[in-house]
This record gives sequence, structure tokens and C-alpha cells, in this order.
Amino acid sequence: MSVAPPRSKSWTVRVREIGVENLPPEKLLPDGQPTYVASWIYIFGVASIASLMVIIGSGTILALKGPAWWHYTGIGHFFNSLHMWAVELFFFAMVVHLWGKYWMAAWRGGRTRVWITGAVTFLVAVPTALTGYVSQQNFDAQWISTQAKDAMNSVGIGSFFNLTNFGQMYSYHVFIMPLAVVGLVGAHVLLVRRHGVVPPLPFHAAGAGTGVKPAAAEPEISPAPAPNGRGTGVAG
Amino acid sequence: MSLLDRLRSHDDTKPWAGRYAPYDLIKELCIAVGVIALLAIVFTVVFSSPDEKPSTIAQWSRQMPVDFVNTAVKELDGTSDTAEYGPPYNHSSGSVQHFLFPHPQRWLGVSHPINTAQDFVIAPLRTVPDNPTLQGAVAQYEAAPEKTQQGWTEAYAKPLEEYVTAEEEKKPLPSTVSVNSTSGVVNVASVGAGPVPTMMAGLLSLAKSGGVDGSLLTSSQFFQTDYTKPLLFMADGGLLDARAEEQHLLGEQWGMMNETGSYPGQVWLWLYTAWYQIEPFKESPNADLLVMLMMGLLSTLFICIPFLPGIRSLPRRIPIHRLIWREHYRSTGNA
Repeated sequence: MSVAPPRSKSWTVRVREIGVENLPPEKLLPDGQPTYVASWIYIFGVASIASLMVIIGSGTILALKGPAWWHYTGIGHFFNSLHMWAVELFFFAMVVHLWGKYWMAAWRGGRTRVWITGAVTFLVAVPTALTGYVSQQNFDAQWISTQAKDAMNSVGIGSFFNLTNFGQMYSYHVFIMPLAVVGLVGAHVLLVRRHGVVPPLPFHAAGAGTGVKPAAAEPEISPAPAPNGRGTGVAG
Repeated sequence: MSLLDRLRSHDDTKPWAGRYAPYDLIKELCIAVGVIALLAIVFTVVFSSPDEKPSTIAQWSRQMPVDFVNTAVKELDGTSDTAEYGPPYNHSSGSVQHFLFPHPQRWLGVSHPINTAQDFVIAPLRTVPDNPTLQGAVAQYEAAPEKTQQGWTEAYAKPLEEYVTAEEEKKPLPSTVSVNSTSGVVNVASVGAGPVPTMMAGLLSLAKSGGVDGSLLTSSQFFQTDYTKPLLFMADGGLLDARAEEQHLLGEQWGMMNETGSYPGQVWLWLYTAWYQIEPFKESPNADLLVMLMMGLLSTLFICIPFLPGIRSLPRRIPIHRLIWREHYRSTGNA
């Protein structure tokens, strides 16, 4: 009869053990996906992350060169445009991704936190973009800040979220808000890796209440030999 | 059955026990970054991005001198939008919104104090050197009782208000206000306005030189990044509105989500902006608060979809998932 080793008192060891227990390397970076992950809708999740990486890359260059740089140099305007279009692509990809996940009922199978982190990411991304729009130092920034301030003031947050204070908005835009978005996306991705991509809805459920004749239950499929990260019982 | 049990849906989702296909996560991410970067570069090269120059108080005073003086006198007598706004700028209540009894706008008090008469008019005029007539007028105004000050500003503001109203309604302009087309000086035929005409003429002259832009940013320190005062002063006038209308940015033009030019802007704000177009939000004095509360409620529901009976069941009832997983269903003989 084996005896469980005593729990380490080291905080570092405990964190490592919890991390490896929940996300073993083969689950964190799998080399296989369930065969049902075969649809164009799946590209919008990774497209959202890719857009975010382009946003952060172009935004870092804009921030390092200073907030006025893009107004008087062609290369600065190029990076501002790149930043803006990456934001548009980010929101487009994220909205399609969210709709796709809704119709897949992707919160099933213990994935509620996956849905919540995704939804909150979208909601945090909206004011992140707003702080960018009011940090542009042009007419758009003047107009948007003077109009949107009333909404902020009406709920009482204008005291610490003053859209007409360029310095404050710039700080929110290049530090706190991106940190929140990246943190949420990181948590979301780790949760997806832990729980796997949500399996398809049972086919017969599609017919419920729609007049479609229920089909037979899914036939048994022989699982393939389990390579790294595949035979964990949860899609990687 | 507890509330949590009621909120939990019947979930028959089982861990996948079927086949796996080879997959390279890192390669997929790198390809996605490449494709998105390429797309963004193509959009950048083809469409660029908007950069309309910002307005300045100097520009405003030169292009719309009557509107500038009309706004300035309202700042002086405390009847402008900013002067009557309320928290976080002052203790007035003109723009304080409420829903039922709570007034969240008042909860954190006056965090950015603005005295429009002092900050927008008198303090800038105090910076004008070598003009004893102007400084005498400012001193006379400040020394006068409040009632006298009010009488002076009302006497000066009345013809201006009539002029601006006639201009808006495209009626014949009254002769009590005239603008010298060469110098841009505004003459107001007012009786009993005391030192106010001298002060307004001085402020207009200072604004044209760019002096008011500078003085509204000056505080106890050299570096400045807070544009609250000049932005609020300009927002009280008509220049920003006029430019916004040209650029289809007004509220009734779904302005919040638009951007100058023909760029997509913040299209993700469409639902937020939509509420402002319909009753009871459209005409409500508490529209901003009501729309924010509505969006807060909808956002909470959006986050809580997995717990919402009905909404969470729609994906099972409307078989869009058959399209998404059609390959899978076909391979399992269910198509």
C-alpha cells in the first residue's frame, strides 16, 4: 500500500504542483485536437488573439515615440493606421467568435468560466478602445471626450475617469486597460486549454421543438492511440 | 431545490472520447498573426486613418466671434452649460442626472472644481499686461455686488442672445450687434453693461492671439496634460458642434460610434448609441444615466447567459450548430 508523499510547505512548490496538476504541459500545448474542431468559426478565436498582438505591437511603438509623433510623421501615421485597423479587426473577430460560441453553447461541460472571461474581455475592451479614441489629440478626441463625459459623470465615475484629461486617459490606455484585457485573455486561453474545446451538441437536441425528427445517438468512435495531450479525457 | 440548482442547466456534455487530429497550436498562432498583420497593413495602405486637426479657442474666436463672446458672457454670469453643470465641476445641478432617488453623479463630489467666471474669463484677463483700462474694468467688475454684476452681464447678453437666435433661425439679424469684417471686433449696443463690454473686447482680443488657450492650461506647474477647462469652454460654444455636424457626429447622427470621415469608428457601440435614438431615452434629461444603467444590465445578462433559462437553451433549439459541426455530424452519420 503506497503512502501519499507529505504536502510541501514551500509556497513555490505548491504553486508549481497546482499548476502542473491543472495544466500539464501536454494539455497546455497540445499537438492534437478533437476531430470535431473543423469549422471556419474556430479561426475567429485565434484571429482575436492575433489582432490583439498586432494592436499591442503597433501601440507599443506609438507609445514609445510619444503621443504626438503620429501627427507629424508619415511613419507615425502608418503605425497609427495599423493600430486602428487592428482594433477594428480585433472587435470584428471577437464579435464573430462570441456569436459562434453562443450558438455552440460553449459554456457546457463545466466551461462557464470560459464564457464569463470571454464576455468580460469584450466588455473591458470597449472602454479600452474609448480611452484610445480620446487620446488621439485631434478633433475626434475633442468631440468624443466632450460628448462621452456626460455618461461617465452621470454614473459618478467622472471623478477618476475624466475623459477630458488627456494625461489620465493616455495612462489608462497604455497601461491599466491593456493589462486588464491581456490578463483576461490569458485567463480565458488557460481555461480553454484546461477544459478543452467544447464538444458538439448532441445531434438529436437540434430537433427539439423544431419539428425535426430526432436522430439516433452518436455512434461509438474508437479513440485513437493517445499521443501527448490527446488522451486526457478532455479535448486539448 | 436551491437557487443555484435552479440556475444550473441540465448539462449532459461528456468529455470527448473520440478521435484526435494532428494540430500545431504555435504554428496556427504564428500564421494568424501574419494574416492579421497583413490585413491591417492592406487596410492601412488603402484607407489610412483620420486625423482632423483639433479646434482651438483662437480658431473659435476668429471664425465665430459673436458665438465666442456670447459664450464668454454666459461663463461670466454663470449661465453656461458648464457653470450650471454640477459635479464633478461645481455644486450646481443643471446636468445632475438621477434614476428614481439615487444621484450617483453627486456621490464623489466636486473633484475638478471649475468656476467659469474666474477660470474662463477673469483669470485669463488678469494675464494681459500693459492695459490699465482692461485691468480697471476687471477690478470694477470684481468689486461690484453680485446683483450689479448680474445686471451688467444681462444687459450685455440680451442683444447677443437675440442675434444668435436670429442667426440660428435664419431670420434678419438685429442691428444691436455688429461684427467688423476686417478686425473681427464685435460691437454690442448695450445700455447699462458697466465694464462688461471692455472685458469682453479684451477677452476676444486675447483669445484671437491664442492667449486664452494658453491661460486655460496654465496652473501651478509647467507641464500640463489636463485639457478639461479649454474643452469645456469650447463645448459651451458652437464651433465643436458645427464641425461635428459637418462630420455626421451629432447625437442624432449616431455620433458616439462614428468617426470623422468615412471610417468605421467605434461600431461596437451601436447598441449603446441606439438607445439615444428612441424614447424614453431620447428626450429624457436623465438619458445618459438611463442608457448607462440599461447597458450595465444588458452587460450583466450577457455575462450570465450560462445561467439564464431560455436564453441558454436557444442554441439547442435553433440548430445553427448543425452548420458549425456539419463535418462532424456527417462523419458520425447524423447529417
